[in-house]
Amino acid sequence: MGKFSKKKDSGTPAISTASLPDIVFMLLFFFMVATVMRENGEKKVTVRMPSADQVKKIEKKSLVSYIYVGTPIKKYQAQFGKEPRIQLSDAFANVNDIGPFVLKEKAAKREEEKPLMITSIKADANVGMGIITDIKEELRKVNALKVNYSTKKGNVMSNFKN
Amino acid sequence: MAKRKLQEINAGSMADIAFLLLIFFLVTTTMESNYGIRRKLPPPEDKNQPPPPIIKKKNVLEIVINGNDKMMIEEEPAEVKDVKKIAIDFITNNGKNPESSDNPQKAVISLKHTRETSYKMYVSVYNELIAAYNNIRERYAKQKYGKPFDKLTEDEQKKVKDIYPQKIAESIPKR
Repeated sequence: MGKFSKKKDSGTPAISTASLPDIVFMLLFFFMVATVMRENGEKKVTVRMPSADQVKKIEKKSLVSYIYVGTPIKKYQAQFGKEPRIQLSDAFANVNDIGPFVLKEKAAKREEEKPLMITSIKADANVGMGIITDIKEELRKVNALKVNYSTKKGNVMSNFKN
Repeated sequence: MAKRKLQEINAGSMADIAFLLLIFFLVTTTMESNYGIRRKLPPPEDKNQPPPPIIKKKNVLEIVINGNDKMMIEEEPAEVKDVKKIAIDFITNNGKNPESSDNPQKAVISLKHTRETSYKMYVSVYNELIAAYNNIRERYAKQKYGKPFDKLTEDEQKKVKDIYPQKIAESIPKR
């Protein structure tokens, strides 16, 4: 009998999974750090940003207020139509809501951070400049002069394909 | 008292817990690309402000984009891919061509568009104009300091920027 049981032992030894938690934790921490919990909640407009290559990265995300511009997603098209609309935080808005919105964001920041605030316009590549111009005029009125046109990183010629 | 052995906690399920959290963060992560073209808007108009000085026509590069995304530069049709070269030639003309700019400090690029012009066209043209300025500054930095522009000290960067100021004027399209 002893002879037989000895034979059983000589398989490939099982791989130790003791370090598996460590590996998983490492990945976990990576994703935890990389995750940005979106404050704006639901996106109600489709935004396919244009590409550009002379771009700068926004360092301080906490100092940025976002303005989304695009056509409403399917769910809201019956209510809001297919024309490009503005989304601030998580609600549709009109052009004249932008001023109060930016001022409110500004009021929530510390005094020394206020001049560093940036307004990032995340607009769909195909919206007309009319709506963008209106937004810019509103921003000028409330003295929020630092603007960022959000883009993907890429060659500009790819904007005109298809 | 007899030493009682501490019971060890079974850590076998640790991996499962960690996996659970990992998957949660994997799903919620949006690697948001936060790139963009930076722009400073002109301050709000002031009624008491003196009218802007008159700029000679040759010192202005006039770019007009219509509602169908067709572009004219100095009344000649142009494509997006040509903008950079035209802008570089215009800015660095230094009076060589009597029809073009006197010097880079005086050179102004005027960008006009309609309300129907698409955002992507505007961003593309804008991007090419910035590319032109960056290209010129880069060249100058290499020539004068032997270093690329972003390796220069802040003072040196400011000097380069003063020599090649970025002057892009936009007009508000009428309704």
